[in-house]
Amino acid sequence: MSPNTFPRGRTAIVAGATYGIGEAPGYNSLDLATLASLRALDMAGLQPKDVDGLFVVLPSDPFSHLSMAQYFGIHPKVMDNNRTGGSSFQIHAHYAALALAAGECDLALIAYGSNLRTSAGKFASTLQPSIYQAPYKPMIPVSAYALAAARHMHEFGTTREQLAEVAVAARAWANLNPDAFARGPLAVGDCLASRMISDPLTKYDCCLVTDGAAAVIMTRADRAKDHARRPAYLLGAGSATTHSEIASIPDLTVTAAVESGKRAFAHAGVGPSDIDVAELYDAFTITTILFLEDLGFCPKGEGGRFVEKGGIAPKGKLAVNTNGGGLSCVHPGMYGLFTMVEAMEQIMGIAGERQVTDVELALSHGNGGVLSSQATLILGSESTL
Amino acid sequence: MSSQEVRPDKEFEAFLADERFMIQRSHSSGRYVFYPRVAEPVTGARDLEWVEASGRGTVYSVTIVRKRPPEADYNVVLIDLDEGPRLMSRVDGVGVDSVRIGLNVQAKIIIQDGAPLLVFMPVPAG
Repeated sequence: MSPNTFPRGRTAIVAGATYGIGEAPGYNSLDLATLASLRALDMAGLQPKDVDGLFVVLPSDPFSHLSMAQYFGIHPKVMDNNRTGGSSFQIHAHYAALALAAGECDLALIAYGSNLRTSAGKFASTLQPSIYQAPYKPMIPVSAYALAAARHMHEFGTTREQLAEVAVAARAWANLNPDAFARGPLAVGDCLASRMISDPLTKYDCCLVTDGAAAVIMTRADRAKDHARRPAYLLGAGSATTHSEIASIPDLTVTAAVESGKRAFAHAGVGPSDIDVAELYDAFTITTILFLEDLGFCPKGEGGRFVEKGGIAPKGKLAVNTNGGGLSCVHPGMYGLFTMVEAMEQIMGIAGERQVTDVELALSHGNGGVLSSQATLILGSESTL
Repeated sequence: MSSQEVRPDKEFEAFLADERFMIQRSHSSGRYVFYPRVAEPVTGARDLEWVEASGRGTVYSVTIVRKRPPEADYNVVLIDLDEGPRLMSRVDGVGVDSVRIGLNVQAKIIIQDGAPLLVFMPVPAG
């Protein structure tokens, strides 16, 4: 095997922004992605014409990258539009880093936009079930995650109260974030009493359905300081997949985050105990628990106990999903890029009331499909180089 | 026979219409495969043969999809077949709330919406 040559710290996120979190009526998904991108470009003092690496996913446009290049009127040298779902953006950052370090492009834009809420009003899944799954009418994606939650409860004694703790912690962070869509009090009892969707997951165990867009700008480290006072350097990245449909997952309680996290940490040369904030894709409460375990923040099976008593809430033992997450901040179908923006803001120290003190290392984790695709980034401040 | 001649979905459905639950097995490795394919996963061996499944299995996980009345709730399960492969299905013949992980089940082919469908029935204890 050839030695790994991941360009640790040689690229950085220098700007990032969101747009239209919640409801943004009248815009199509590309409009929203563009508005988020322009905010990010403004932050870096750049214009669309400066972008020569374009990475974008729009929910229902398989030619998203072509559409956005056309909309911007640019001719990028490097483009990608992968379809791994909510993990797409971490994978984009991984390959953008390789392309930037190789000199294939100089300025990469990673963008996403979706008008899921105001266009459809309900979760319009783009997952096409096979003939071996469709006749049983699983409510995808929630039933797939429910099967994982049920198995986790069976094997490790995880409880519905522990699942609810994840939702309550996310809400507590959202209450510190003026952009979060779902704010206000939420207690474990509210979650337990709410409507069951697909056992054991209730309404509050499920992510929001919102509009929203996000974008980040990446450059090589040598020019990062031209665009940001405190860039978020990319120290490590990794991705992995285990299946597409839930019936083909090798083990319902172990995700490919074990592999993606291991590779990302190895590139970065740090471990889970070094991480100051963890932004973990929380499509459902069970996913936060699975990723805490699979990324090594606690042993397998201990995730439920880890989140108890406000373990991941503000002032808990680990700052997790500090923007309020997919559960209480924003979830327009693919949430992964929002975890990158939040990780960047925490490193830059610009996260307002929810800012965690002295963030030097942040982890951003994306999840795609039905626990199918996992991708992990480790970002660090200049002091970690 | 080379399984690259197999038309997996069509042949599986034809077997099911004939009330037969067939899975595949690699001639060289002896490993069982489901869902049906033209080649064995991992090795790529194009020597998959159709074999009659025992139909015996165990519930690996279960969820109940909750519907608003008058629609009825129903279960969705993952079944581990005794031969090894895992598949999605439904357990019939028992109350929707009484399907448990670890339940022993037996395959049954029913007609649903005018088409044959593979479901599982609980195996009585003892």
